[in-house]
Amino acid sequence: MADPLIELVDVSKSYRRDTLEIPVLQNITMTVPEGEFLALMGPSGSGKTTLLNLIAGIDRPTGGILRVAGTELGGLSETELAQWRSRTIGFIFQFYNLLPVLTALENVELPLLLTPLSKHERREHAAVALELVGLADRVHHYPKQLSGGQEQRVAIARAIVTDPPLLVADEPTGDLDRTSAQEIMNLLGRLNAEYGKTIVMVTHDPRAAERARKVIHLDKGAFVQM
Amino acid sequence: MIIPLNYSFRNLWTRRLTTFLTAGGIALVIFVFSAVLMLANGLEKTLVGTGSDKNAIVLRKGAQSEFMSMLDRNAINIIQSQPEIAADPEGKRLAASEVVVLINLPKRGTNKPSHVQIRGVAPESLTMRPQVTLTAGRRWREGLSEVIVGREVAERFQGGGLGETIRFGMRDWTVVGVFEAEGAGFESEIWVDAEQLVQAFRRPVFSSITMQLSGAGDFASLKSRLEADPRLTVEVEREKQFYAKQSEMMATFIRVLGIFVTVIFSLGAMIGAMITMYASVANRTTEIGTMRALGFPRRSILGAFLFESLLLAAIGGGVGILLASFLQFFTVSTTNFATFSELAFRFILSPSIVIESLIFSLAMGFFGGFLPAVSASRRKIVEAFRAS
Ligand SMILES: Nc1ncnc2c1ncn2[C@@H]1O[C@H](COP(=O)(O)OP(=O)(O)OP(=O)(O)O)[C@@H](O)[C@H]1O
Ligand SMILES: [Mg+2]
Repeated sequence: MADPLIELVDVSKSYRRDTLEIPVLQNITMTVPEGEFLALMGPSGSGKTTLLNLIAGIDRPTGGILRVAGTELGGLSETELAQWRSRTIGFIFQFYNLLPVLTALENVELPLLLTPLSKHERREHAAVALELVGLADRVHHYPKQLSGGQEQRVAIARAIVTDPPLLVADEPTGDLDRTSAQEIMNLLGRLNAEYGKTIVMVTHDPRAAERARKVIHLDKGAFVQM
Repeated sequence: MIIPLNYSFRNLWTRRLTTFLTAGGIALVIFVFSAVLMLANGLEKTLVGTGSDKNAIVLRKGAQSEFMSMLDRNAINIIQSQPEIAADPEGKRLAASEVVVLINLPKRGTNKPSHVQIRGVAPESLTMRPQVTLTAGRRWREGLSEVIVGREVAERFQGGGLGETIRFGMRDWTVVGVFEAEGAGFESEIWVDAEQLVQAFRRPVFSSITMQLSGAGDFASLKSRLEADPRLTVEVEREKQFYAKQSEMMATFIRVLGIFVTVIFSLGAMIGAMITMYASVANRTTEIGTMRALGFPRRSILGAFLFESLLLAAIGGGVGILLASFLQFFTVSTTNFATFSELAFRFILSPSIVIESLIFSLAMGFFGGFLPAVSASRRKIVEAFRAS
């Protein structure tokens, strides 16, 4: 069997407030195989976002070993970690996090600035990604000229434009109406099924979680069996 | 690696009001800064342009200005017989003994009196200063109480206009001509036949002799001979240097005071830029976190915000220089410390002033934007997301 895409061994995360140590994640051990579509659920404050951030390499654990896409993240410097993220992770946020001064096309093009592609190639890739999310007719719109669902689709295009193996999504439908949420989930489902993207998604929405292949519940920083 | 410059530019445009207010503060400082440099430059150009490289001027030793110098007939005769003096095509030697006196004249408009320098000249004086050209009227006629006046005097002083009369030396003098001198200090003078002036003021001495030299090497020999002559106590200088020296003190004074004041102003503008940039960083916390998450390194964020601040400052600097360039249409006047007479001059812009002003504005942008840019690049990604 192939190595899992994500492997966590005894991972802990705690925050220090004054002298008090606040544990957020406690001794998490898990593996996620390539091609998985995983939903993380749990009450507010249970540590879902924290876990996702660790996997995505934008936060570091206080203990344990984290191996993602064949790289042990603990051994990377700040700069190496940034490079690793740009190749490995596609980010999808609850509030889309598009840069308001850039057009849809420019937003999607942004991660490609970190690659050696020429300007022409970047434009082409970005256009393809936007077409894939069904926004070929909105390339020159600014985020504020788009609906929430459309903004999230632009964000998904931005997440996949560099063709990363892993997509992380923190409540991707949290700010959307039911129809838009459904569209986004269809899109994520397709990316998983047709394009083989591994997806880790935090969600409060049972309808969204239904679309995942696997659901993990988190409570007070630990996995719980349902 | 580089976040597109467009991003910085559009962010400034998105916050146009703040951008223009902040850039306005920088523009004001740059306006004052370049105005001061233009003033000092104009003063230098006016005085340096007064002298010619070909001419030498002889004054009494130790005299700081023509007004304080005295040469008697005896000295004049010795000096005028020097072999280095050039001759015009008719064989007339080009040396002019001149008398300088100061009078008080009321200014047009305000009626306030101010010192004006009168120069008693010889016919050769005009030959040796080809930049002096009559623009109206004619020359004085010998033996009559007639004067020609520099353009600035005609414009600024009562009785200075063509056909009007000026009273000094207990006589009324008719203005029969107005001259220009390519902006040189002569334009602030009244010129009259030296013999008439000597009679009117009953002053049997001259102030200086200006002479044109025949060859390039002549100056050194003339200077050493005259200054060593035991019958004379004189100093020989190149005319251009003589006037340049007069401008030095005042131009330096204007520059030092002006730069001191603008540097203090610039602290205000710099703090303004800093506040604007801090606000801009705070408004874009999530954006910064997003870019970092996508893989942009810290230095890209630092660069983007620093560039934004530099752009802001460059806009301010450009506007400031543009505004200052309109000052070139104005003439100012001040008392020339060296001669105690009123001197009119212009604000003159030069390429080096433009460059200095731009560098100054960019420096304000850099120092104002540096700390905010550092704080933007230092933000931890997760904290940036939690903050929103
Ligand atoms: N930087 C921090 N400093 C202190 N405590 C923190 C920090 N970040 C997270 N926490 C704490 O860690 C716990 C888990 O936070 P996290 O954001 O992972 O929860 P979550 O499961 O994503 O909740 P939600 O569903 O509300 O998004 C919370 O109690 C939170 O207060
Ligand atoms: Mg969360």
